[in-house]
Amino acid sequence: MAKTLLKVEDLNVYYGSIHAIKGISFEVNEGEIVTLIGANGAGKSTSLNTVAGLLKPKTGSIVFKDKNLVGIPAHKIVKQGMALCPEGRRVFLQLSVKENLEMGAYTRPGREVADSIEMVYDLFPRLKERYKQVAGTLSGGEQQMLAMGRALMSKPELMMLDEPSMGLAPILVDQIFDIIKNLHAHGTTILLVEQNARKALAIADRAYVLETGKIVNSGSGKELLSDDSVKKAYLGG
Amino acid sequence: MLNYLISGISLGSVYAIIALGYTMVYGIAKMLNFAHGDVIMVGGYAAFCAGTYFGWPAPVAVVFSMCICTILGILIEKLAYKPLRNATSLAVLITAIGVSYFLQNMALIIWTSNPKAFPNMANFIPSIIVGDITISSTTIITIIASVIIMIALTLFTSKTKMGKAMRAVSEDKGAAQLMGINVNATISTTFAIGSGLAAIAGVLLCSAYPNLVPTTGSMPGIKAFTAAVLGGIGSIPGAMLGGILLGVLEKFAQAYISTQLSDAIVFAALIIVLIVKPSGLLGKKIQEKV
Repeated sequence: MAKTLLKVEDLNVYYGSIHAIKGISFEVNEGEIVTLIGANGAGKSTSLNTVAGLLKPKTGSIVFKDKNLVGIPAHKIVKQGMALCPEGRRVFLQLSVKENLEMGAYTRPGREVADSIEMVYDLFPRLKERYKQVAGTLSGGEQQMLAMGRALMSKPELMMLDEPSMGLAPILVDQIFDIIKNLHAHGTTILLVEQNARKALAIADRAYVLETGKIVNSGSGKELLSDDSVKKAYLGG
Repeated sequence: MLNYLISGISLGSVYAIIALGYTMVYGIAKMLNFAHGDVIMVGGYAAFCAGTYFGWPAPVAVVFSMCICTILGILIEKLAYKPLRNATSLAVLITAIGVSYFLQNMALIIWTSNPKAFPNMANFIPSIIVGDITISSTTIITIIASVIIMIALTLFTSKTKMGKAMRAVSEDKGAAQLMGINVNATISTTFAIGSGLAAIAGVLLCSAYPNLVPTTGSMPGIKAFTAAVLGGIGSIPGAMLGGILLGVLEKFAQAYISTQLSDAIVFAALIIVLIVKPSGLLGKKIQEKV
């Protein structure tokens, strides 16, 4: 049995008076790909943002590598070894590709940065071609690659990806999923949030189904792919 | 004619240094720090006290003044603006105006309204005389200082880790946090830099116009804000260009049109520029892919 890397227990998150996450629990073991699927507004992104420290939970615990992260500010969580590649990419549009990558390595000593940049360039040759360009001039797919590369720059043990395929052409979606598999093969544990449930379940070791802030179903990726209620709700019948 | 141009560039250089402070803070913290002009005034008084009361040499007095203003800037940000980080921009703006009056009134209590004769601290090189034109040492120092500051700030924001982090924070605070950037510390640093620059501006301004009163900073502060908007707020070269244009325009208006009307002419110029180019002369074009 692999070691538990991230364990979220009984998490409750509010936006003002709106109860967005209603007591969810899930865990990610070392070396797994785990996915959270669900409709818009089910609380998938909220869950990731809370784990990354951008939102504060009202109650519950988030234990990463045996350390409770609740109350630690977001900028200190990266150093613990997790990175979030946020929804909508959120690359720094006015910074160059290279500067974006440098920001990803903000918490790491300067001498290690150049090697990591080369590593990201190997993974995403397109970024190398465009390293001087400001990120605002990149295409959507390239921006997604940059966002993923930027998250990798912190050398995370756990990489959280929020809707990496959103708004991309089908061929690019395939490419992004190949990259996720590739990252996983290189030893990065992955927590993936996706609207493209079929693709996400196909690569996931385990999956959780969220519905209006609650986990309503869970199991291995294969199990859920053939689960009738999941098929009906998320895989188009 | 040339005389007016030179004195305009000199005044404009002071505006430029103040405008750089405005633009830095606006660019990164997305707020208009209307107390910036009054930090200049405090810088002037700090240097005045150091030079006249304590008898310290000019360079020490300038460094002392920069230290005071840097601390003041950090304090203002911590006490007045940080609690409002998620408030509406109007609340922040009103607070900034409040801080401005607070500083002016504190200065009034400490130093009274009697003008202080500021000793010239920017005349340590000889003046240049070409034909019948004299370029005073203060003018030369002011222009050199503003150019050095602009270049240094440009290099800082484009080359250093902290500078890049500032640009990242200016664009997306949330994403910056995800990178491990401490947003509060970054904003604090911005205020520290802007206020340190205000001290230099204060010394240069008072060296050229040695009549130091608690409201010394307010008009130059507003003019420099205008300069920053004129050049494109958030842009470092824009602040520089806006400052110098404004200074020259003001001096020419005073010389050839009317002393009383010069301010009106300056602001009219701002309005015209903003009608033609709302983002200012060198304002950033926001590129976004949809």
